Parts: sequence; C-alpha cells; structure tokens
Amino acid sequence: MTGLPDRTEAKLGLVIDLDTCVGCHACVVNCKEWNTSGHGAPLSDQDPYGADPSGTFLNRVHSFEVQPESGCAQVTHFPKSCLHCEDAPCVTVCPTGASYKRTEDGIVLVDEGDCMGCGLCAWACPYGARELDLAAGVMKKCTLCIDRIYNDNIPEVDRVPACVRTCPAGARHFGDFADPESNVSRLVAARGGMDLMPEQGTRPVNKYLPPRLKGSVEAQLEPVAEEPKGLLAWIDRALGAL
Amino acid sequence: MSDQRAAARPSPKVSDEIRQTTCYMCACRCGINVHLDGGKVRYIEGNRDHPVNRGVLCAKGSAGIMQHYSPARLRAPLKRVGPRGSGQFEEIGWDEALSIAAGWLAPLRETAPEKLAFFTGRDQSQSFTGWWAQAFGTPNYAAHGGFCSVNMAAAGIYTMGGAFWEFGQPDWERTKLCMIFGVAEDHDSNPIKIGLGQLKARGGRVIGVNPVRTGYNAIADDWVGITPGTDGLFILSLIHELLCAGKVDLDYLCRYTNAGFLVHDGDGAGRGLFLRGDDGKPLVIDRATGKPAPYDAPGVKPALTQTLRQAGVSYRPVFQLLAETYMDAQYAPEAVAGRCGIPAARIRSIAAELARVAFDEEIVLNRPWTDWKGERHQTMIGRPVSFHAMRGISAHSNGFQTARALHVLQIVLGSVETPGGFRFKPPYPKPPEAHPRPHAGATPGQPLDGPHLGYPLGPEHLLLDPQGQPKRIDKAFSWENPLSAHGLMHMVIANAHAGDPYRIDTLFLYMANMAWNSSMNTAQVIDMLTDTDESGEYVIPRIIYSDAYSSEMVAYADLILPDTTYLERHDCISLLDRPICEADAAADAIRWPVVEPDRDVKGFQSALIELGVRLGLPGFVDAKGDAVYEDYADYIVNHQRRPGVGPLAGWRGDGTGAGRGAPNPEQLQRYIDNGGFWISHIPEEAQFFKPWNAAYQGWAVERGIFDAPQPYVFNLWLEPLARFQRAAEGHGDRQPPDHLRDRIKRCFTPLPSWYPPFEGETVDLADFPLHAITQRPMHMYHSWGSQNAWLRQITNVNKLFVPGDIWEAQGFAEGDWAYLTSHHGRIKVPVARMDAVNGQTLWTWNAIGKKRGAWALSENAPEATDGFLLNHLIAELLPPKGDGLRWANSDPITGQAAWFDLRVRIERATTRGPSEPRLPAQKSPVGQGPDRLTYGDDFT
Amino acid sequence: MHPAPSVIFFTAFSGLGFGLLAFLGLGMPDVSGWVAFAFFFIGYALAVGGLLASVFHLANPKNAVKAFSQWRTSWLSREGVLSVAALLIVAPVALGRMLLEAPGQALWLGPVGWLGAVLSLGTVLCTAMIYTQLRAVPRWNMRLTPALFLSNALAGGALLAGQVRLAGVLMLVLGAVQIAAWIKGDTRFAEAGSTMETATGLGPIGRVRLLEPPHAGENYLLREMGFRVARKHALKLRWIALGLMCALPAVLLLAFPAGHALALVAVPSHVAGLLAARWLFFAQAEHVQALYYGRGPAKV
Ligand SMILES: Nc1nc2c(c(=O)[nH]1)N[C@H]1C(S)=C(S)[C@@H](COP(=O)(O)OP(=O)(O)OC[C@H]3O[C@@H](n4cnc5c(=O)[nH]c(N)nc54)[C@H](O)[C@@H]3O)O[C@H]1N2
Ligand SMILES: Nc1nc2c(c(=O)[nH]1)N[C@H]1C(S)=C(S)[C@@H](COP(=O)(O)OP(=O)(O)OC[C@H]3O[C@@H](n4cnc5c(=O)[nH]c(N)nc54)[C@H](O)[C@@H]3O)O[C@H]1N2
Ligand code: SF4
Ligand code: SF4
Ligand code: SF4
Ligand code: SF4
Ligand code: SF4
Ligand SMILES: [Mo]
Repeated sequence: MTGLPDRTEAKLGLVIDLDTCVGCHACVVNCKEWNTSGHGAPLSDQDPYGADPSGTFLNRVHSFEVQPESGCAQVTHFPKSCLHCEDAPCVTVCPTGASYKRTEDGIVLVDEGDCMGCGLCAWACPYGARELDLAAGVMKKCTLCIDRIYNDNIPEVDRVPACVRTCPAGARHFGDFADPESNVSRLVAARGGMDLMPEQGTRPVNKYLPPRLKGSVEAQLEPVAEEPKGLLAWIDRALGAL
Repeated sequence: MSDQRAAARPSPKVSDEIRQTTCYMCACRCGINVHLDGGKVRYIEGNRDHPVNRGVLCAKGSAGIMQHYSPARLRAPLKRVGPRGSGQFEEIGWDEALSIAAGWLAPLRETAPEKLAFFTGRDQSQSFTGWWAQAFGTPNYAAHGGFCSVNMAAAGIYTMGGAFWEFGQPDWERTKLCMIFGVAEDHDSNPIKIGLGQLKARGGRVIGVNPVRTGYNAIADDWVGITPGTDGLFILSLIHELLCAGKVDLDYLCRYTNAGFLVHDGDGAGRGLFLRGDDGKPLVIDRATGKPAPYDAPGVKPALTQTLRQAGVSYRPVFQLLAETYMDAQYAPEAVAGRCGIPAARIRSIAAELARVAFDEEIVLNRPWTDWKGERHQTMIGRPVSFHAMRGISAHSNGFQTARALHVLQIVLGSVETPGGFRFKPPYPKPPEAHPRPHAGATPGQPLDGPHLGYPLGPEHLLLDPQGQPKRIDKAFSWENPLSAHGLMHMVIANAHAGDPYRIDTLFLYMANMAWNSSMNTAQVIDMLTDTDESGEYVIPRIIYSDAYSSEMVAYADLILPDTTYLERHDCISLLDRPICEADAAADAIRWPVVEPDRDVKGFQSALIELGVRLGLPGFVDAKGDAVYEDYADYIVNHQRRPGVGPLAGWRGDGTGAGRGAPNPEQLQRYIDNGGFWISHIPEEAQFFKPWNAAYQGWAVERGIFDAPQPYVFNLWLEPLARFQRAAEGHGDRQPPDHLRDRIKRCFTPLPSWYPPFEGETVDLADFPLHAITQRPMHMYHSWGSQNAWLRQITNVNKLFVPGDIWEAQGFAEGDWAYLTSHHGRIKVPVARMDAVNGQTLWTWNAIGKKRGAWALSENAPEATDGFLLNHLIAELLPPKGDGLRWANSDPITGQAAWFDLRVRIERATTRGPSEPRLPAQKSPVGQGPDRLTYGDDFT
Repeated sequence: MHPAPSVIFFTAFSGLGFGLLAFLGLGMPDVSGWVAFAFFFIGYALAVGGLLASVFHLANPKNAVKAFSQWRTSWLSREGVLSVAALLIVAPVALGRMLLEAPGQALWLGPVGWLGAVLSLGTVLCTAMIYTQLRAVPRWNMRLTPALFLSNALAGGALLAGQVRLAGVLMLVLGAVQIAAWIKGDTRFAEAGSTMETATGLGPIGRVRLLEPPHAGENYLLREMGFRVARKHALKLRWIALGLMCALPAVLLLAFPAGHALALVAVPSHVAGLLAARWLFFAQAEHVQALYYGRGPAKV
C-alpha cells in the first residue's frame, strides 16, 4: 500500500558530513558494486564502452562551488542518494503499490515485482534519488542496503550500508534518528545537521552536516629579533637555560 | 528479480567464499576481501584488519570487478604485423614470444648489454626487476620515479632519511594541525582520507596549499591558493617568521640535526664542507667545553652560535648560516607575497598558527626511551603539527629544493618523528649513506657491477665515462641531473631516438603508457617511436612491452607480453621494495591468484623469470643451467637477498621468523591464511624518535631491515650539494661541462633555496602569462580508469578549468572551446569556469584524454573526441637559450620531470570539438566492449 | 521535463476523448444509430488511444494492471480506475443510442449518461492531478492545472460534439485559462522557493554554482527531468498554440455559420494547438531536482 505509515518504529538513515567529504566517489562505486548483484535487478549500464555511456547508480556525488559575499569561492563535494523522507511523495504517487515506506524502520523501497516503470515516483522525488533501470524497466533507488544491515551472513560490524563501510574519509554515518542517543542524532545535534529543500515538505530522514567555517586563524608572532645577530644572542640565552 | 517485498530483515547469502588479497588499482595497496560466487567475482570490499585501509575502499578499488573483467584485457602474446602504431597484431604462443625475446636479447648481452634499455612503470616489484636487469648486465634500468616524484623522495632521503607516502605519514591519531602542499590524491590514497577524517572528527585543522581548491583542499579549513612553483618561497618565508620569533625547537635541533656542525666558511675547495675529525666524523663545538668534539660523542651538546677559527678558516655552525640566510629581508612575507599570490598577513598568521600549535599545544607521552648516545628520556615530547606534500611541489624544476625547504620547516619546528608530527614507516628512516651508490659498470656477458640506482654523495659517484659522457641512456647521474636517484624514464625514448648519448637496440618497457600520458610531448614521442632511418629500419629497432590491457603503448611495440590482472597472479609487496608499513609497524603483503586467468596470459614477473632462464642469467639458472625458480611465487618464497632475508619478511624459517629466517615453503599459505599480509608491531618505546632511538634501531636490526644500527642526524645543511657546487666552481678532478657550471652553482645550495621554475624564466611571460597544471581524479588511475565501465561514467571528458576573471575577459560561455598554446605547441580543449582557483592557473584532470581505438572503447568515445592531454604542450626540452643549448625540462638536481612548470596562453575558439591534436585511430587488438552490461545477472 | 510523445498524446487525446464522451453522456448532441456510433467511436478511440499511448511510457508494462490497486493514495491509480469506470458506464449509453432508431427517445439513458459524464470529467481531473500534485514541478503544482485540463477537455469535447456556439465560448474560456496558467506558471518556480542554495543547504555560505556534475554524460534523471526550452522559442510556440488551439477555432465557431467544412478546419487546428500546448506543458515544466545539475529554471 502506498499510504505512508503514521510513524515508524525506527528512522534509519544517513548523516553526510559535507565538511569531511573529499568527493572521492568511493561511496558511489561501492554502492553500485554491492547493489548490482544485490536486492533486485542488476544496475545496468548502457553503451558502457561507447560514445554515451550511462547507467543506473543509487548514489552520486556532485561538486558545487559556493561564492560567499566576500572572500574566495569554496568547493563542496556533495553525495546524494535517497533521503528516505518521512513524507515521501514518491511513495504516495505510485499507482501499483510498488513503492512503499516500511513501518519497521522507515526505509523507502521499491518492490520491483510490482513496478510498471511509469517513472512517476522519480518525477515526484525532488532530489533526483530514483533512477529507472533501462534494462530491467523497473525503478531503482537506495535501499539503505537493507540486504546488509540485517544480514546474519555478514559479520556484525559490517552490517552497515556499503557506502558507509567504504567511505575512506568517514564522511558517512548510519543510524537510527528515532533514538536521540544514536550516533547520527548526536552528530546532527552537535553539528547543525540540516534538511535538503525543506520547502518541499518531504521531511527527509537523511541529514547533511554543513561545512565548518573556513578561513585563517588570525594570529601574530612576537618577534624576538630583527636580524641574525639578535637572534643568535637570544638563542645563546635560550640554550643556556636548556 | 525479487517478486516479493523485502523481508523485514532480509539476510541473503553474499557469496560462496571470500579470498583476501591486495588491491592494485593504484599503489596504495589496500587489503581486499574478494567475494566469489560461482567462481565469479561478486563483490570486493576493504579488509578491515588490513593496516593500510582498515576496511575502506576507494572508488577504483570498488570498481575492481570492471577492471578485472575489462574487455580491454589482452588475451595472448602479440607479434606486430602492421606498421608500429597501427595496432595490427597476430596472436602467438608464449613459447614463440619468449624465444623471440630471447633471440633479440641474448646477442646483446654477449656484445653490448647497454643496448637493452629496460624500464618499468609503477609496479611494486622493482627489487625483482632491478635484480633481473643487474643480472643481464645493462646499466639502463630504472622505474618510473624520474617522471613521477623523485624530487620528493630524494629531498626526503637526503634531508632526513625518508619522505612522505611509503616513507612516512603524519601522526594522524595525534596531530592537531596538518598542512598539505600540492596533493590532489597521492599514493597513500585511503590512509590520507582516513587520517583527514579522524583529524576532522577530533576538531583538528587542515591547511591546504594548492592553486586549486578541490578534494583535500576543498575540506581544508584554510586554503592557500598559491601561484604554482612558488611554494619554496612561501615556506622559506614561514621559516623567516619562525626564526624572527625564536619559535624553533632548539633542543631538537641540537640533538637530532646537523645544526651545530661546523661549516667551512672560507674560500676554496673546502667551502661549504664540514669540519671533520681524523676519523672523518663531523665536529661541533661542545657547549660545555667550548671545544670541537665529534657530533655523536655521548654528552656533547653542540653550540649553535659560536664560530671556530682554525688554520685561517672560520667554521660556522650550520644554524648560524641558516639564521643569516632565512632572516634576510628577501624572505620577509612582504617580499614574497606578490610572487606567491598570498597576502603577507596570511603568511604571518599561518606561521603564528604553526608555532602556536607546535609549542603551546605540545604533547607529552609518558613513554621512557633511550637515545643513541645512551641518554634516557622519561617522556616523549611531541609537536602536533604535521605536513604532507606531493607532486604539486615536486613536479617543478625547483622541486628538490622546495621539498627540502618543507623538511627544514618541519625540522625547525621539531615535529619530525615526534608524537603528533611526521613519522617514518619502516624501512625508513634510512639516511643517504645507508643507501647504495649508483652503478653502471657493464661488461659483455657479465652482470652489472652493482645496483643501478642509488644516492650519490658527490661528483665521484656520477656515472660518467672517461670523456665525461653519461653512461646511461637516460643520462641519470650525469652533470645534467646528478642526484637522479630514480633514473629518468621520461628521457629514454627521446635520447634513444636521438642516439644521445648512444643508440640502443631493444627498448623493453613494462607497465608504463609511454606512448601516451606518461610522456612529455606525446605527439612527437609517437613520431620517435615510429621513425625510421635511411634503411627503413625503426630508429629504435625493437620494442618489447608488457601490459595487461590494450593501452596506447601496446600499438607501438613489436612484441607484447600480456600480463594477468591483479586478481590472477602472485605479487609481493616487499620490505626490499615499497612495502605497506605503518609508522607503528613493519608490514608486507602478497597478491595471489584468487581467480584463474581465462586467457593465455602470464604474470609478467614469471615471464621475466622464464626469459632469465632462457638467457642463462646468473641467479636464474644453476650451475647445470637449470631454472632456479619455477615462477614468481617460487622466487618470492625461496629467493634470499642476504642470508635469511628475502622478499617476504613474515613466517620465515619454521614459521616463527619475522624479518629473518630461512625460506619457508609454507610461507605463501601463511600469508593467505592471515588475509594476505604480515605485520609486526614496533614496541612502544621504539615508536618515535626512530633515527635516534636505540630500541628502534635494535628492533630494525632484528627484523632484518638493517644489519647494524645506523643512527644519524638530519641534514639541514646538505654537504653533497656543496661538493657539486665546488666542482662547478672549478675544484676537484670531476667538473661539470661549462654550460652547466652556473646552473649548478646557483641551484645546488646546501641550504634550501628558491629559484623561479625554468620554463617561466625561459619563455616570454607576456606571451605565456598563465600556468597550466593537472590533477589526479580520485576515482581514476592514470590511463587505466577509462576502460572501466563504471568509472568512465563519472569522468569521460576532462575540461580545462578557467579562473572566473579570465573566463570573463575571454568572453567564454558554457560549452565553449579554447586553444591553449605553450612555447611548444597548441591544443584545442573544452573549457569550464571555476572561481576557487589561483587566478593565474588553468587546470584539468590528468590522463582522461585517450587515443582513438585504445582501451577497447569505441572510436567516438568522449575520451577520444573531447578529452585531451596537456602533455602535448609540455616539452622534454626547454626553448633554446642564448647559447643555443636546450636544457631538459627537469629539476637540475634530480632530473624530475617538471610537469607543472608549464606556461600557456588561452584563446577562445570559435568552433567546438573535437579536441586537437586529432591523431589517427589505432586498431584494437581486442575488439570493442559490449554495448550493454547487467553484471549482476550472473548471480541470479 | 522531457516532452515525451507518449505523455503528450496520452494527456491530449484522453482529455479530448473523455471530453467528448462527457458531452455524449449528457446527450449533447442527441444522436442515434450510425451517427451515434460515429460519435462514440471517436470518443472511445481518443480516450482509449490516449490511455494506450500512456502504456508506451511504461518501462515494464506487464505490471500495468497493478496500477488499479492504489486508488486510495495515487492519482495515477485513480485515473486508471475512473477511466475504466467511465468507459464502462458510458458503454451502455453508447450501445443504447446506437440501437435507437431516432434521437430523443429512451430517456432512461439520461441518468446513466450523466454519471458517465461525471466519471469522464473525473478521469480528466485525475489526469490533471497526477501533475498538479507534484510539488517538485512547481509549474504544475497549482490549481490552474486541473482548470486547464478540464477546460481543455470541455472545449475540445464540445468542439468534437458539434456544440458549435458552446464550443466557441469554451474556446475563449480555455484561452483565458491557458494564458493564466502560463503567466502563473512562469512564477511558480520562484514561489516554490527551491534554489540551488536550498537544494544543497549551502545557501548560508553563499551563492551556489555547479562545478562538476556527478557523471560526465546524460543519465535517466537528466534525460527525463533536465529538459529545458529556450525562452524565445517557447514564447513563439505559445502564440502558435494559443492561435491554433483557441483563437482560430473560436473565431470559426463564433463568427461563421456551423457546418462540416468548419469542423474540418477547427478540429485539426484545435488538436494541433493542443499538442503544441501540451508539448510546452511538459517542456517548460522545470523539475527542482535539476537544480542539483546546475539547471535552474529557464530565465523568464
Ligand atoms: N600532464 C601530466 N602528465 C603526467 C603526470 C601529470 O601529473 N601530468 N603524472 C606523471 C606521473 S607521476 C606518472 S607516475 C605517470 C604515469 O603514467 P603511466 O605509468 O604511463 O601510467 P598508466 O597510464 O597507468 O600506464 C600504466 C600502464 O600499465 C598498464 N597496466 C595496468 N595494470 C597492469 C598490470 O597488471 N600489468 C601490466 N603489465 N600492465 C598493467 C596499463 O594498462 C597502462 O598501459 O604519468 C606522468 N604524466
Ligand atoms: N586516484 C589516483 N591516485 C593516484 C594516481 C592516479 O592517477 N589516480 N597516481 C598515483 C601517482 S603515480 C602519483 S605520482 C601520485 C601523485 O599524487 P598527487 O601529488 O596528489 O598528484 P597530482 O594530482 O599530480 O597532484 C598535484 C597537486 O598539486 C597541485 N599543484 C600543482 N602545482 C602546484 C604548486 O606549484 N604548488 C602547490 N602547492 N600545488 C601545486 C595540483 O593542483 C594538484 O592538486 O598519485 C598516485 N595516486
Ligand atoms: S566516499 Fe565519503 S568522502 Fe568519498 S565521496 Fe563518498 S562521502 Fe565523500
Ligand atoms: S528522497 Fe526522493 S525517493 Fe527518497 S524518499 Fe524522498 S522523495 Fe522518495
Ligand atoms: S515507476 Fe514503479 S515504483 Fe515508481 S511510481 Fe511507477 S510503478 Fe511505482
Ligand atoms: S545505503 Fe546502500 S543503497 Fe543506499 S546509497 Fe548507500 S550503498 Fe547505496
Ligand atoms: S587506494 Fe583504492 S585503488 Fe588504491 S589500492 Fe586502495 S582501494 Fe585499491
Ligand atoms: Mo607518479
């Protein structure tokens, strides 16, 4: 049913730290690699060795340049996958019932066996987080690695999304936002975690930590000497004290 | 496809089996878990227990499946049947391939071994390939370091016995301020990211010095958008500020550096050299007695300020000279600000910030330790500022001195090998004296007289014939670049083509795309590779090449030895070579065939062993002429470099040997059982102050890293450079040719100095006002990434990023193209705007541009139609000087290729692509990749 | 949004078809026998043809039947359900009328026909709501969208139903609604408030610009949602659409005596204008997710 649950038992999702993401695309490719043989149909690639290669990815990293009022422009690398919105418009528009939000943990999923590939959910998503797989004809999206996070066949430490496990910089965090004591809730509280496009009313579960303030520390050294002679005299005194 | 909703807690089986080996998509050498399902690779993840990556995996590593199953894989040995460059080949068997190679090489060995030039790329088996070349007897062997980062490596070894990357790393756990110069990605790919992430999570700060603000520089708390080639000035200005404020670690300088060594300050042949005692030991003035004493005598505390007069010569402590040099007004922030593109106030505040963190936020570890002189210390005092640098400073013609300046900066702050600072990884620290000298004594039918590469300590170690001509084809260790510790691979083709210093017969290359992105002046290099003489023979008569994929270079070889992929072969990442050690541990690793090759390919090292046997090389055959090693795996286990010391350090002898011990037939299995690597932790008290720490020195001897302790001090003053300067001034029996004298006098200063990059000095800056540089994309490895179906979707064209002001002045609009011109040539490129960049710097991603027909891509792949190489604009020689002579576009000390000295101008093109030059397509010996992929289908 | 022929034909023809069926359900015109057959045939052909066109938009049509299941939440599902209901309810009316010998008899058809008309217009409303509900496409996300679709269906339906004067008046109404929808639509993106700054959350730092896209080539998202038309081009098309869809038919219908020759010009003109307007409806609709690709709204 494409009705949204009133509330979910857990709110699983990601925190993405824009202050730490170096834009390496590791999460992009590891996500592709895990999911191409994971839950649902392979993430296909069209014209992979040709003039216009494209394919299905569940996570992509954009790079933005931000120009402050004064001072030099900054660059922010910006990973983006499904935000598992609480008011997920992609779910309610789905005519077949393929899209749904789980009551257990809030994960938004597509049941590929029901999907007719109309694309409407991708139209409804403000974030560009759903991609229609051209080979399978079904809608693909981030599953929050549902086939990892509960998987008894992998060691407990590894029961986190593939993108989180692989991120070299540690810029991605996974946890339960319903628990105020969880790692993700704490990070959001400490670092001012934010919603993307709040005006869209989707209430995303995933949060982004904004880049920290940039710029030089203003500091000044006290000279002890202007020229070598003075320094050497000063050093003699200093060495004497050693 | 699942026909049902995911179960509430789905728990599918991931794979049949996990095999642990080592990644190879770059030289970082992370540990990987390869999940196999039905014999096919289903998923590759990082190995959590591995010391290098601790579980994480980068984009390239994660795309290993597509690399391993790439359609561009070579399938069998190839014999060229069309003209060079055409890409027309015939597949042959290994027996034929190896007998062709042996047929070419055997006569050379018997008559003129130097006519074989054997150069290898960024592989990790140099201790083996070098040993082969030594056994063959050619002096012409090196790996890729000359075009890569020898400035960084050599400046580090000469200054402090190790540099960055595999030599060492910031103390990521403790550092509070990390300053990164000229790094886009680097070899230590994952560790740097892990480290920066940790640092940030702890609230530490990062300062990025780079003309471009992407990647690490994008997350840096403070970005210094320096003008290319001026880092040396900036660093020396920081030193100036620290000196003026007395913010230097005097105790550290006295104990661990040559700050107190007495330098001959008079005239003549001795100028710049140390005063030495009868035993040859440099002398210092002991503060207690006021008398000269050997620097390493127990209890001696060197004076830093007193001058000694002896036999009419004054001898002054290094520190005095250093203070005088850098306190000079020429290094004041105001004096350098304009050239560096950094306001003076920022230079001052960065210096202050470094000093504050180093001295006010000092770290104290309660770990007693004993130093080399027997003095016991109760604590380890740390200066938690750390530095990292790479090609941004080293790929300039002033890179050696700039890298040295950076080391001097971290040394005066007292942070090297202290908690929170920079730490060496075994087998470093290792001073230049502990490395070999270079050798080029070739005798027909005999092995070479010693290892090819090394660290010269003066003109006497240059490899020159009696006429003063270079002995090596790449002119390494000649007056043009005396300290070329890694050779000059980028000069081999040009020199061999010119017959300068002599002609060769066979060029044997391994794993370097020399017809494309690793050459300067690519289009002309292609001409040199295909050029014929009067008789119609190729000027470089024979080319043998080993690649695993259908690269550009493949088309230019006569014989191809196809390698396996990294999942199909044995490799060892050895302490004899470039191991995977950590600051706290010695470690090495293997690769092993986690899947079997499905083509007629062979691991290159095994092929080289077979070739060695066919040639009857010493070490490869026994007295009866039988093969000593069956294949590379056999070599890895049974070869001994010194008694008890072999390629792998782990599980030697009866399985308990660590570093030392007899060969153990079980060794490879032990590695496999342990996840593909071996690690031995350094005891706590030995973990810092390693060059001077008695416990570390003892541990290193136990592990077979050295045979005897070798404590030393850091070289603020680099005496070998003074020796070359004196020779240039006319002293000694080995002197440079006249046209090089001035340059050597000027550039070989024993204290680091800065001079403008050569290209900028030679061309008319009004004509070529801008800088043009490249950066490595984190998700692509040189040219190999583009055959990868997943990675090339991320980047398959490289645009030239143009600073906003130039963008507007030129009237560029989105989608435009431009002509980019250097003194050497002109290319046509697509452009894009960027503001977060030094205002005089254009840049692009490295090695995305491809030649049509290569890599099993279609001929209209964007890499070939729109992508481009900056290399066409970079000449291996600078424009002629007034005297008509042309200098190499290299660092004058090490010969490192000065990729980033490039000067250009830009003009808007009125038409769009394709990019230029547009070279003819090569035929693909492996066909073209499929037009659709659904990889995961194999597992349902 | 990508102006895919399948969605253009779907919305345009199903709208026309259901519009016509609505009039037929109301007994306007009051027809029977072969004439009724002809009218109903056209109505059904357009409605069903339009719906079928939408199937071409499906990447996995074998699951299309499942689209009837989510009528409680999904407008697309509701549209499916209502369209089938409308077609089924109108069917006896159509049959009845065809079987009649002369117009005006069998008044029992009336209430069923009226229900059919309501369902037909309801279907059109659902179609409109599929687009209207999408906050991510601000140009569609306004009350004028259902008004536009309904006036389209009514004007087109009246035209096809031969309600000459009424059609003429409805053409004027449609023209007015269409103009209003364009004018209002042009400001919707700005009103919705989504910018690259809100999309990235980086607004507090400064102005945001795309430096590098996450992948070099096009992908599904860009092909589907990154489409942009140049403002000048769009303006020209608007005039053409308005002229053909409303102005010319209105003039013909209101200023000239009714006749088949008139229909021969007015109907093709209206349909051509409608297709152009629908092309614009999609092509000019900017999706907020294109902000992540640096593709903001086309300058107005
Ligand atoms: N403009 C510009 N040019 C540069 C640089 C720059 O910054 N700017 N950087 C320079 C530097 S630092 C370097 S190191 C060079 C790198 O340049 P190259 O060393 O030429 O690098 P690759 O393109 O990686 O070429 C390596 C070759 O090895 C092959 N190969 C890959 N795997 C295997 C294998 O398992 N076995 C074998 N036998 N072959 C294999 C690949 O197919 C490829 O053909 O480029 C240099 N060129
Ligand atoms: N993903 C990936 N990893 C790689 C490689 C790869 O191809 N891909 N190649 C490997 C190899 S062979 C090497 S040598 C290493 C190289 O590792 P890096 O040194 O990180 O490589 P580059 O991308 O050449 O980075 C040079 C950086 O220096 C900056 N720069 C240029 N000129 C100056 C200057 O004058 N001053 C300063 N401060 N900065 C400057 C450039 O903007 C760029 O950011 O990377 C290794 N790792
Ligand atoms: S892996 Fe981590 S650092 Fe790399 S792009 Fe993804 S989030 Fe950023
Ligand atoms: S991000 Fe998009 S796809 Fe994901 S839940 Fe929100 S609206 Fe749906
Ligand atoms: S594409 Fe599939 S999941 Fe999306 S709305 Fe259509 S049927 Fe539902
Ligand atoms: S959670 Fe899993 S599916 Fe989602 S982006 Fe990360 S790796 Fe991809
Ligand atoms: S950094 Fe990436 S490519 Fe390099 S070895 Fe590690 S995982 Fe492999
Ligand atoms: Mo390199």
